Amino acid sequence: MTSILQKPRMAFDLSELPLHGKRSASLTWWGTLGFMLIEGSGFALVLAVYLYLASIATEWPLGAPPPDLLPGTIVTAVLLLSLIPNMLVSRWARQEDLRKVRIGMIVMALLGIAPLVPRAFEFSALNVLWDSNAYGSITWTLLGLHTTHLITDLIDTLVLSALMFTRHGRNPRRFGDVQDNAMYWNFVVLTWLPIYASLYGIPRL
Amino acid sequence: MMRAEAGDLQHSIAPDMRDTDLAPEVLDRQLERVWGTPATLWGILATVDHKRIGRRYVATAFIFLAMGGVLALLMRLQLAGPERRLIGPDRYNQIFTMHGANMMFLFAVPVMEAIAVYLVPLMVGTRNIAFPRLNAFSYWIYLAGGVLLWVAFALDMGPDIGWFAYVPLSGPQYGSGKRADIWAQMITFTEIAALAVAVELVVTVLKQRAPGMSLDRVPLFVWAMLVTSFCVIMAMPAIMVASTSLILDRLVGTHFYNPAEGGDVLLWQHLFWFFGHPEVYIIFLPAVGMISGILPTFARRPIFGYLPLVLALIATGILAFGLWVHHMFATGLPRLGESFFTASSMAIAIPNGVQIFCWLATLALGRPVLAAPLLFVLAFFFTFIIGGLSGVMVASVPLDTQVHDTYFVVAHFHYVLIGGAVFPLMGAIYYWFPKLTGRMMSERVGRVVCGLVFVGFNLTFFPMHILGLQGMPRRIYTYQPDMPWGGLNLFVSLSSCLLAAGFLIFFIDIMRCMRWGLPAGDNPWNAATLEWATTSPPRSYNFARIPVVSSANPLWDEPELLVSSGLRVERRELVISTVAAAVPEARDASPANSIWPFFAAIATTGMLISSIFTPWAVVWGSLPVMVTLIGWFWPKSTPEDQA
Ligand code: HEM
Repeated sequence: MTSILQKPRMAFDLSELPLHGKRSASLTWWGTLGFMLIEGSGFALVLAVYLYLASIATEWPLGAPPPDLLPGTIVTAVLLLSLIPNMLVSRWARQEDLRKVRIGMIVMALLGIAPLVPRAFEFSALNVLWDSNAYGSITWTLLGLHTTHLITDLIDTLVLSALMFTRHGRNPRRFGDVQDNAMYWNFVVLTWLPIYASLYGIPRL
Repeated sequence: MMRAEAGDLQHSIAPDMRDTDLAPEVLDRQLERVWGTPATLWGILATVDHKRIGRRYVATAFIFLAMGGVLALLMRLQLAGPERRLIGPDRYNQIFTMHGANMMFLFAVPVMEAIAVYLVPLMVGTRNIAFPRLNAFSYWIYLAGGVLLWVAFALDMGPDIGWFAYVPLSGPQYGSGKRADIWAQMITFTEIAALAVAVELVVTVLKQRAPGMSLDRVPLFVWAMLVTSFCVIMAMPAIMVASTSLILDRLVGTHFYNPAEGGDVLLWQHLFWFFGHPEVYIIFLPAVGMISGILPTFARRPIFGYLPLVLALIATGILAFGLWVHHMFATGLPRLGESFFTASSMAIAIPNGVQIFCWLATLALGRPVLAAPLLFVLAFFFTFIIGGLSGVMVASVPLDTQVHDTYFVVAHFHYVLIGGAVFPLMGAIYYWFPKLTGRMMSERVGRVVCGLVFVGFNLTFFPMHILGLQGMPRRIYTYQPDMPWGGLNLFVSLSSCLLAAGFLIFFIDIMRCMRWGLPAGDNPWNAATLEWATTSPPRSYNFARIPVVSSANPLWDEPELLVSSGLRVERRELVISTVAAAVPEARDASPANSIWPFFAAIATTGMLISSIFTPWAVVWGSLPVMVTLIGWFWPKSTPEDQA
């Protein structure tokens, strides 16, 4: 039935390859990178709009005192602190240590909720409303955009944490997801720093 | 139904069964079981096969082309003579806005991505696009955006603010009603779709290439789509920011574009052209890739200057961004900015020149066969040169101020868009149609179509240059009889019927040949790249065995295509390879069909449309989106989830 002629020439044996690639051999890792690039461009553009509006304004901030530092600084501190457990979870996931990953994910879920509390106060600490003037519009948009990222990553972390406690948890794919989630959290924290610097620094220049 | 099948499978097929020793028929049957889409409603809505979705995408984009074409004909009917009363000013405003927005956002960009969705996985020798469910989602979102725009138009709610929706006209003060919001939200839909496809393509190209397809063996169309996708990723966020801030101004009273409260109308133009300039290349680069894909086949020799062509693609992509940088710095320094602008416009001529040279050299050194696809490429050459010339003219500042906002500009950008993108696209349809359908298109009709479209196009748009020089402004719904424009306008309108006839025959021929065209076979043109190494149309799994590549023209240079073995056959498995050398590093699973992307698209559509009316829709509307996304990503204990 299968004469030699019919049979294509097999030049490459793939059978020993792993069933799932890790990090840069995994598609989700690249996909996460792609979406970070998109969102990074978005953040950069909104920041550019901020600078643009500031550059054409006669005074900045427009008709408002500079934002109060306290809530935003607490958010920044919490976010920076969260990087440490975040790094640890990522490492545990790399070592495929399910027990530690479970604990770590709960910690990260809590650390995802924590900054939302001072963030709620941060909006009123801006001392301006979105519909007061263009300064209010851009500050609320910047803060809102970043808050959206905090919330979406929190939901992602919560769902993934729940998943780690099911029978689906013990799977190299899930450990990869945890690492990608950690990478994305780093992104959310790092993009905050220029936003923080602009929102609070530029009005004080 | 699927579940029952999957159950049967588990009995008959051992887990971890490999393809290595399977006879071809057994292998085909088994792969079809795992990769196929059942012919049920569920199958239609849940399929993640890039070929089905790509076909849908292409067909939808062409329907939008036809609808936009009908609008164009209506405009030409109205303008055929002075003071005609067919269309009133308000309707006319909606019609040219719809025509422009429809052509740019629902036709030109999507159709290029659509063809790539179909072809790129085949060309790189893999079984499906990366993130196939996102791909399905992207199509539904695109469709919803298009339907939103057209339904609004039918309800007399179509945008009437021009395709670039300048503020303050589109802002809360002047743009009353919901017309501008429809425009802005249509942008959101189409950009989500475009960005999703861009990420899929980048990852497919970088990580799913067949073993041995190192970067210097990647087909030029694939290169073009890689560069285009990066442009999309960097450029599209700008228009999302623009349209979102416009909606905020209109809906919740922000002041981004309100000068009285510190906003700025020029900000809109910056953001829009931040996207708008690269947009031209997002449409043009894929067309360039198509030409580089078509030419070697009909010149009967490998492309001349592969490396310079790749570098030209990358350079064009980067320079498209160079112009942005100018836009950014130019805000405070107009003089310096202008010279930057001129410099980068000049610089972009270099890669364009390199391309033209390599193409002409390929033709000159080969033995060209003048088949229909090549005819369209030649039509492109000719038209593009005229478009380029008029482009040089508008780039010179004194002339630009003279013809600004006249029909000269309308003529110019149609030369670039139709000549630069639609002609190569039609050539691409003639070229790849046999692969999509298994049947040939008619060569004879193809020549007629090419002739009609080419002649009709030039007769329609060339006189518009003259009308522009005579001072006829664009976007006017009528003109007085004492203006000297009547004769030429009548001529233009008559010629546009010729052009339309060409398109009509093209569409009819497509329908006809889908049924009755001559059978094509795997490789009717005797072409060199991998998409021709499988059946026409390809099976659900594209390749029974993943090819192994050792040249840029594998079907020409390798007497017998080598293949790989060792993949599992009871789950959707494909090869992940390294970025540069395409050395296999994993055999990963590819997600199976799922209905969730469809549900997620419905939920997203509900949220986006409601948010035109109330900002709170973003809050409660995101709950269903969240639920559908969890359904989408929650693991299902299929073999695909094993690792
Ligand atoms: C098929 C034949 C076509 C004809 C006869 C046609 C005709 C026209 C005409 C007469 C206008 C000017 C309307 C005015 O200023 O009052 C126009 C505008 C425009 N066309 Fe076309 N067009 C065609 C195809 C296309 C295609 C394929 C594209 C894009 C890929 C396109 C993109 C545009 C754009 C962006 C505008 C500007 C709309 C605006 O002013 O906001 N057109 N077209």
